[in-house]
Amino acid sequence: MIELIKDIESRFNTSDYIQKLKHLAFITVEKKQAISLVTYLRDYHKYSSLTLLTAVDWIEEGKFQLTYLINNPQNFTEIGVRVMIDRENATMESSHHLWENMATYQRELREMFGIDFPGSPRIEENFILEGWDNIPPYRRDFDTKEYTENTYFPRPGRESNDPATYMKSKMYPND
Amino acid sequence: MEKNNIHKFEELDVDKFLAPENEKRSVLAPDGSIVEIDPLKDYFCQDRPEELKPRSGPVEKFLNWARAESLWVLGFGTGCGSIEIPPLVTPRFDMYRYGVQMRPTPRQSNVFIISGYLSVKTLKRAIRSYEQMPSPKYIIALGSCTINGGMYWDSYNTINRLDHYIPVDVYIAGCMPRPEALLAGFAKLKELIKAGKAENANEYARNFDWYKANQKKIIKDWNMPDFNW
Repeated sequence: MIELIKDIESRFNTSDYIQKLKHLAFITVEKKQAISLVTYLRDYHKYSSLTLLTAVDWIEEGKFQLTYLINNPQNFTEIGVRVMIDRENATMESSHHLWENMATYQRELREMFGIDFPGSPRIEENFILEGWDNIPPYRRDFDTKEYTENTYFPRPGRESNDPATYMKSKMYPND
Repeated sequence: MEKNNIHKFEELDVDKFLAPENEKRSVLAPDGSIVEIDPLKDYFCQDRPEELKPRSGPVEKFLNWARAESLWVLGFGTGCGSIEIPPLVTPRFDMYRYGVQMRPTPRQSNVFIISGYLSVKTLKRAIRSYEQMPSPKYIIALGSCTINGGMYWDSYNTINRLDHYIPVDVYIAGCMPRPEALLAGFAKLKELIKAGKAENANEYARNFDWYKANQKKIIKDWNMPDFNW
């Protein structure tokens, strides 16, 4: 896997290479080169299978981190190509031409995180939520508890304890 | 909360949630004339549900006995609880011996088991199925999710209390209740029907506006008639 990474680093603007497991590595690439790196891995290094495309909300840094996790079925290795994109007006190039199931992941990300992939098939359609009119629910500034209390009808009498303070009061009542 | 950075649909005059099969259209009749069809008005009944008046004493008692002894369950599994239904049909628990059997469509059934958590998307389908069932109809709510939201109580997409959206006759608590608990629930429901206390279809008709307001509060793409049966 080291040779592969060296090959990638000689061709693309990459950073933050992490070898998590023997067969699993992550590499961060700049936004412009992301789709070409994924295409390069697919066409020249037999990473022919898309495991998933997912996003992480780094709200403090104002970024979304996209991960294209792609798999090589011949030597059972997996590479996660990470891209940081801006949180404001989040858009990313669509890569539905590489794998058919990519379009479904992109629809999901658009609905759950509000990341747009212009040109992706059926991107405008509802995926899971129907008629959602709030901020996308997987964004970290969406307060799911507050939304639930305002939208649904919580049954009164339900109490929940913060585990830290509850256990402290149970175990060290004198403190 | 400020809503920024959301990709919105363009505002259109037409109902963007209207399903294609429900759009107005003109159809060529066999005799060559052209007929205008508005499926939301022509294919569905827009009348409000009506209360079913009980018959006189012994007749009603006999009817209730007959209803209690043939519970036909709609085959609609909503959450994880639907996995408890197959063992009920198979010989170990065998619900046929109590006169309970599964039916494939709402028109043929009179018991609806809400088996677990309901997402908003599923609630919409559950309401449609419930309204299509002929009266008298009964609802069994299975699992703690239908009572107070269960472990999904703070999820953005699952309801907390089922009885705010459709009336519930019998709750079965647990996460998940075993098939024996479901059999006990059927026994309880039979008891209620025989006593003439399972009148929640009438309850739904009486408080129709309240239920509709609650349903419409969370189902935002209401692309169906107000009452469809």
